Amino acid sequence: MKYKSQAVAKLYFIAAIGLFLGQILFGLIMGLQYVVGDFLFPAIPFNVARMVHTNLLIVWLLFGFMGASYYLIPEESETELFSPKLAVITFWVFLAAGALTILGYLLVPYASLAKWTGNDLLNTMGREFLEQPLPTKVGIVAVALSWLFNITMTMLKGRKTAISLVLSLGMLGLAGFFLFSFYDPVNLVKDKYYWWWVVHLWVEGVWELILGAMLAFVLIKVTGVDREVVEKWLYVIITMTLVTGIIGTGHHYYWIGAPAYWQWWGSIFSALEPIPFFMMTVFAFNMVNKRRREHPNKAAVLWALGTSVMAFLGAGLWGFLHTLAPINYYAHGTQLTAAHGHLAFFGAYALVVLTMISYAMPILRGRAANPERAQIMEMWSFWLMTVSMFFITLFLTGAGIVQIWLQRISSTPMSFMAVQDQLSIFYWAREGAGVVFLIGLLLYISSFFVKGESHAFE
Amino acid sequence: MSATFTKSMARNVFYGGGVFFFLLFIALTFDTMQALPKRDNSQNITPAVAHGKKLWEVNNCIGCHTLLGEGAYFAPELGNVYKRRGPDFIKAWIKGQPTNVPGRRQMPQFNLSDADIDDVIAFLKYASEINTNKWPPNIEG
Repeated sequence: MKYKSQAVAKLYFIAAIGLFLGQILFGLIMGLQYVVGDFLFPAIPFNVARMVHTNLLIVWLLFGFMGASYYLIPEESETELFSPKLAVITFWVFLAAGALTILGYLLVPYASLAKWTGNDLLNTMGREFLEQPLPTKVGIVAVALSWLFNITMTMLKGRKTAISLVLSLGMLGLAGFFLFSFYDPVNLVKDKYYWWWVVHLWVEGVWELILGAMLAFVLIKVTGVDREVVEKWLYVIITMTLVTGIIGTGHHYYWIGAPAYWQWWGSIFSALEPIPFFMMTVFAFNMVNKRRREHPNKAAVLWALGTSVMAFLGAGLWGFLHTLAPINYYAHGTQLTAAHGHLAFFGAYALVVLTMISYAMPILRGRAANPERAQIMEMWSFWLMTVSMFFITLFLTGAGIVQIWLQRISSTPMSFMAVQDQLSIFYWAREGAGVVFLIGLLLYISSFFVKGESHAFE
Repeated sequence: MSATFTKSMARNVFYGGGVFFFLLFIALTFDTMQALPKRDNSQNITPAVAHGKKLWEVNNCIGCHTLLGEGAYFAPELGNVYKRRGPDFIKAWIKGQPTNVPGRRQMPQFNLSDADIDDVIAFLKYASEINTNKWPPNIEG
């Protein structure tokens, strides 16, 4: 690595991978509970497993984004990180807060956790993805501010590139929109309306800036294509992200009590949301085709291309599938939503973090690229995880379509639970694909321990 | 991409586009907030509804159920459960959990008092009367 202080990224990456493993284990528990309803009940009820599954996802992705920034910003700014010590302290604070929160979910009834952590002072808990106790939410803000401060100070004393600017704008948006998690009015419509300012404006807004910046950085490094070209693409892609994605929030406002005109705004703009993802795919393949060097880290190139394709499929195509209001009227809140959620989060965000780790981790460990055997294992793990996640998505899509038919379209609609019984074949198949995903992840983790002759720096 | 379209032009379009559409979003939000009182049933928010919503939250009901289609997809939609099942059924149901039927999905026992359950039901009644543009398609949710 070029700058000593980039080394702090390693801590973040290791934590990210560890929490990722935890996320998958809880995913398998939930998947089984879909078909064996009383599995682990009452020790780990479904709602607890789900909180752990989704919160671990958010936390490991945040660890990944932070690690990526601590690696990327010094290199872009051509200067040491403003304060590596602050980055390390922030790491331990975040890890401790995250671990305590997860343990709280698992060991204490949620209502007691709420009582003990000051939810009566300011109620923020018990809303999807924002289940964290108040101190954890405050902690997330503090961690994000410390991250933002460290990165900004580093940029100020060094070179300012489009990549670092876009990344820090994304982080600023991440921190800023999270503040809406503290607003939980009794009015359910307003509650839901602004809840999406965290959830949608994160994943279909500012997070895409972070995603774009990380992908652009890795592509410059592994292809050697001129920065001017890459950064111009980056700006055009994220322009389309914001142009389509901000008003695209409207696709969540069809059926929650907001005015009906959102069906027009939401349908039209969110129908365009696949465009930036498609451009990202074209961009990534273009850059790799025009490469000016053969980077020894072939695995990183695979992850980068995989990100661009799977993000388009998961976020773009599967999002489009149910975003138009007349279709969403039937699809809203079914397994189709779950299908889209899985492929979008994996394709866009899990994969871009893994891309960054794949590129940076060998360098942090003192070599340009991992030994051939390790890379082959890594690439196998890419295919196992990607293909199995694609099948999880297909099975949930099948479940969703049958569910919509039996429960909402058929002339003799069945009750929710009766329909769920009919879907068990899909859920079993999904669980099977989930096991393959776990095998892929374990293979991925073991690839870090393969010894052999590694590629030295040129 | 063409050489006449430079990076600094792309950057300006990004800032301009981002700011413009965010401002448009704020304007639409402002209009929505003006329109909500006619649709959001807020005139029926009583202390019981407020307490019911809090109980809904601190027991993490959204971790299994959906409410107006949002939440987990493991257990039935509750936005219209008041109309589907009625208050007496809901009360008996919450009290009777878990069913302990082997292999079936289980709902925990939350040990709510009668008064608490009444407040949860008041919240669900309030939610069922929000104007959702006729969603869900039928009573099954």
